[in-house]
Amino acid sequence: MKEIERRLAAVPVPPLDVERLGAGLRERATRDGLLDVAYATADSPLGPLTVFVTPTGLLRIRYQDEPLEATLQKTADRVSPRILEAPERTDVVRRELEEYFAGRRRSFDVPLDWRLVRGFAIDVLRATSRVPFGAVTTYGAVATEAGSPRAYRAAGNALGSNPIPIVVPCHRVVHSGGGLGGYTGGIARKEYLLTLEGSIPAQG
Amino acid sequence: MRLPPFQTLIDAHASELHRFLSATVGPTEADDCLQETFISALRAYPRLRDASNLRAWLYTIAQRKATDAARRWKRQRAEGFDGIDLPVPAHDVADESLWLAVRGLPPKQRAAVVHRFVFDLAFREIGQRMAITEEAARQNVHAGIRRLRLEMDR
Repeated sequence: MKEIERRLAAVPVPPLDVERLGAGLRERATRDGLLDVAYATADSPLGPLTVFVTPTGLLRIRYQDEPLEATLQKTADRVSPRILEAPERTDVVRRELEEYFAGRRRSFDVPLDWRLVRGFAIDVLRATSRVPFGAVTTYGAVATEAGSPRAYRAAGNALGSNPIPIVVPCHRVVHSGGGLGGYTGGIARKEYLLTLEGSIPAQG
Repeated sequence: MRLPPFQTLIDAHASELHRFLSATVGPTEADDCLQETFISALRAYPRLRDASNLRAWLYTIAQRKATDAARRWKRQRAEGFDGIDLPVPAHDVADESLWLAVRGLPPKQRAAVVHRFVFDLAFREIGQRMAITEEAARQNVHAGIRRLRLEMDR
């Protein structure tokens, strides 16, 4: 190869410090108001949870059953594609979740961003938010509370697509006949949460 | 239009853009240029009309940041002659004269030369990355090399 080409090919390239780049980007993006959605994943007794927050508040909590890519794309489509992994922006939520799972917290104080919920579902989920730790209610009661006593099926759908499980406690809504009903994260997780809150007796 | 979450662009392209910028503006300034590239991209992202070649879009922005850096550097060098302290030139490598000449190339030639010889890409791939035709890529590489030879022979 010719001299100049060979010398060009020999340029040493230092490795990229990914951590430093990420930290710098997050700081600048936050300062310039360019970070619309921040997310981070943390372990929990229910498996890894990915927490999504906006400047308004907590937007979404993801169980690991749904691929992260899918949740990210959904969030980009519905809210904004300006999404960065930014653990420090989710610290408050993650700390509250940790305290909850450790039995040191009975209600959540973080502000919520309801943007992913529309229409009747908002009323249903707000009504659900008022059900306290350690209590349970029924689909019918939640529908009534939301203003449409006969819409318990619609209430069930709203609960089934709750974007903020655990913090908006849809696990506290059960069948009037005594069955646990369904749960976005699977029935085992619902049982775990209700056991943690003392609503159903611990097994074994 | 569907835009992927911005984090995936960083994950997929940060390290190749860093290599590109390291070769184009030198390792000292590459980090800053890379951050500037992503911030500019993030700013414009929601208004982007064509998401079919996000990689070429990012390279275009990186190329612009490299040009800004080269301009800044030339100005500083000019001021340096008046007795102002110079920052250390970006390429702390043995072949400094060659890399200074690379920085002096017109932006498209500079990018094309780096893609060709640092990344060892074929003209077709260079065209895809720079969003120009294969033929234009070839011309830019040749013009760039010709110019570098002239500079180095001086």
